[in-house]
Amino acid sequence: MGDYIVHIVTAIGVGIVFLYGCLGEILTEKSGHLNLGIPGIMCMGAAGGCYGVSVYMGTLSNNAEPSWFLLLFISIILAALFACIGGLIYAFLTVSLRCNQNVTGLAITTFGSGFAEYVMSMVKSNEGTEFAIAKLKFKASLPFAGNLGWFGQIFLSHGFLVYFAIVLAILMWFTLKKTRIGLNLCAVGENPATADAAGINVTAYKYVAILVGSAIVGVGGLFYVMDSNNGSWENASTLLAYGWLAIALVIFAVWKPNFAILGSILFGIFYIAPNAIKGIDLATMKIFKIFPYLITVIVLIFTSVFDSKNAQPPAGLGLTYFREDR
Amino acid sequence: MNNEIAVRFDGITKAFGSKVVANKDVTFDIYKGEILSLLGENGSGKTTLMNMLAGIYYPDKGKIFINGEEAVITSPHDAFRYKIGMIHQHFKLVDVFSAAQNIVLGIKDEKYNIKKASARIGEIAKKYGFIIDPNKKIHEMSVSEKQTVEIIKVLYRGADILVLDEPTAVLTPQEIEKLFVILRNMRRDGKTIIIITHKLNEVMEISDRVAILRKGEYVGTVETSRTSEKALTEMMVGQKIELNIDRSEPKNSEDRLIIKNITYKNREGVLVLDDVSFTARSGEILGVAGISGSGQKELLETIAGLIKPDGGDIIFHNPKKDKPVTLFHKTLKQVKELAVKGCFHYPDGSPVNLSGISDKQIKRLIDEEKIIFNEDEIMDLRNKTPLQIRELGVRLSFVPEDRLGMGLVGNMDIVDNMMLRSYRKGNPIFVDRKKPSDLADKIISELQVVTPSSHTPIRRLSGGNVQKVLVGREISYAPKVLMAAYPVRGLDINSSYAIYNLLTKQKENGAAVIFVGEDLDVLLSLCDRIIVISGGQITGVLDGRTANKEEVGLLMTKHSKEVETND
Repeated sequence: MGDYIVHIVTAIGVGIVFLYGCLGEILTEKSGHLNLGIPGIMCMGAAGGCYGVSVYMGTLSNNAEPSWFLLLFISIILAALFACIGGLIYAFLTVSLRCNQNVTGLAITTFGSGFAEYVMSMVKSNEGTEFAIAKLKFKASLPFAGNLGWFGQIFLSHGFLVYFAIVLAILMWFTLKKTRIGLNLCAVGENPATADAAGINVTAYKYVAILVGSAIVGVGGLFYVMDSNNGSWENASTLLAYGWLAIALVIFAVWKPNFAILGSILFGIFYIAPNAIKGIDLATMKIFKIFPYLITVIVLIFTSVFDSKNAQPPAGLGLTYFREDR
Repeated sequence: MNNEIAVRFDGITKAFGSKVVANKDVTFDIYKGEILSLLGENGSGKTTLMNMLAGIYYPDKGKIFINGEEAVITSPHDAFRYKIGMIHQHFKLVDVFSAAQNIVLGIKDEKYNIKKASARIGEIAKKYGFIIDPNKKIHEMSVSEKQTVEIIKVLYRGADILVLDEPTAVLTPQEIEKLFVILRNMRRDGKTIIIITHKLNEVMEISDRVAILRKGEYVGTVETSRTSEKALTEMMVGQKIELNIDRSEPKNSEDRLIIKNITYKNREGVLVLDDVSFTARSGEILGVAGISGSGQKELLETIAGLIKPDGGDIIFHNPKKDKPVTLFHKTLKQVKELAVKGCFHYPDGSPVNLSGISDKQIKRLIDEEKIIFNEDEIMDLRNKTPLQIRELGVRLSFVPEDRLGMGLVGNMDIVDNMMLRSYRKGNPIFVDRKKPSDLADKIISELQVVTPSSHTPIRRLSGGNVQKVLVGREISYAPKVLMAAYPVRGLDINSSYAIYNLLTKQKENGAAVIFVGEDLDVLLSLCDRIIVISGGQITGVLDGRTANKEEVGLLMTKHSKEVETND
């Protein structure tokens, strides 16, 4: 029993990285833009967040206790800002200059991982101790969580960013479903010409969706380094793998933030399963790694066979919009 | 109607790029509370002008006055502020949203509350006589329902000036009548209505005044009660148009393509073709009339081998009697098989027996045209792919509705597009550009295609020239059956006539031409026989020379399921 709970807690920690990436991508795709730069932007966010941690920790005198609020606030803001650099490049190229979204996105991914490695090489110098202290703050949970047995461990033992992600997902679901802003955003992604004719500022919606989406993804990168990877930055390529899975999760969740919460934890379970299950060989471990992609394909097959209008990507996804196109 | 001016266009000019001038110095007034028809040919700039009123485009020069005050309309949102609403030809609706969601989309100064909105939609519907379900999703709606949503959308925003871009193009006659009743109700309520159309009978029926545009320029405005269809046509085209298309009598007509009991259900399980039977004869043009979406597209695609029908036969009579076999259409193996069946005779009349003759000798006999068919070939084309049909030696040409989607590749030049039909010929590895290039040049000079060169990407040509290239390619193979779906859609009158003449020429060459059209006048003056399709059924076969429009119009709506459910 205890083993299982530990594994579930680990799976949630991994899943939340996917959830951040997925939420950011859902928001971006709702505006009609397929951002394949998400993995790179996640790296940029991670680098920005680590930079923030490093800067804040640098201001402290030796042995001083870092403030939970300031540490998280500064690093989250910087993670979001750095990620927005990637998002802004993507938005400018695809919205204003109407470049091909796939090519631009892939370029951003390449750029983002290089950019992150560069920033981290500057931050890394005294990473060990600083990050070890900072990660405790990121992982700090409610004090009484440990006293509540398995319930407390599974639901209450996590750091702030885990709950933040879930609140974000619910907020995004509510916004898309129940508010005018959500309706307008969906209209932009479904049919930009219609949204334009209805007096919605299509360009502004696209920019904001891409930038906010990137910021969310960036926080996911920070969460990965400080929480699920225990305060260590290995290299960009591990994080890139998370980014690609996050994009797969968007499809699995059929573009619905509320589905993404459960989907992310399921993906997390698949992701850690090969290491958690004892006594399996390397080949079997690799097969486990296929599962998230496999179930995504199965979801695609199902939605396509049943041709469900409610489980389709936004109709304008991947298409450029220019008002005076004839 | 009074003489207060609702909209004044003052010297409006709008160009796209450096060459295409869509509107040139257009100046005229629209009065409050009138229904004004904006009349003009395709490409005369009607829609562009109205798009400037609706804020989709912004004029390069000139001013627009609304209720006497100069209005700067740079976005659709500005247009709403001036209480202008436009119902576009291609509906601007989000498919996955409900009617109510679409209607409130983009409104800023109102709390987002679908229930309240639905109630208001109900009030508007009651006031003007619409029938609408606010919670129905757009993708579940018929065309006419979608149009209703569009109209309510602008009324909901309190529009006083409504622009409708070809509102009747997609409707059945009954639906058009209902729309006109609603338009009259709105006029009674003091709304100013502008309808863009090129259907003269509707102009005469609904409008108070008619403004005419020709090639982007304003020609004049006339009161409907003091004009006639003939006078309007003259103003619209600038010169008297030869209304009669040169129609020759069919010669040596014989059955060429026999369609028997074809049924087809599409992926959604809708019966699109319901027991369709007809015969296309050589040397005549068979018109297919019907409201768009009645199964015309599927019918042609079934014959072309793109769709597999669920039942029925497609029989092709290959006119081979007394003609020599060629290796162009038959392989050596096929010739041997046919010889065994006794299909051939020698020029002296004796039967052909190829057993014991070497392949080389057979080839020589074929080259010397010594092996001659006894009878016409009869082939079943059902369940054959387009390639198999071609390999059978059936010269079937298809000019699809979607020119740049199915017919041609927009980014390739004219020569490459010619090769789409001939790429299998010749060397299996290297392509031969010489012949396609010659063909391209021939089409450009014979059909007067306006293009910088044969190496210009097709998408840069105008609609008429694109169509000439497509039709030119298809008829260059001397088709026995030529099918053309809406070949003049979007073309100006001159290009249209060029296409009519090409079709007539093919008919005179002995091809069986199947022409799917939308303009009844054209169908009645071009075609020898007309079949009418409605709801996937053939509702009538008429003689093109004696039938009248009312007859065809009536058949077009017969059995129509959509109309029944709407009533």
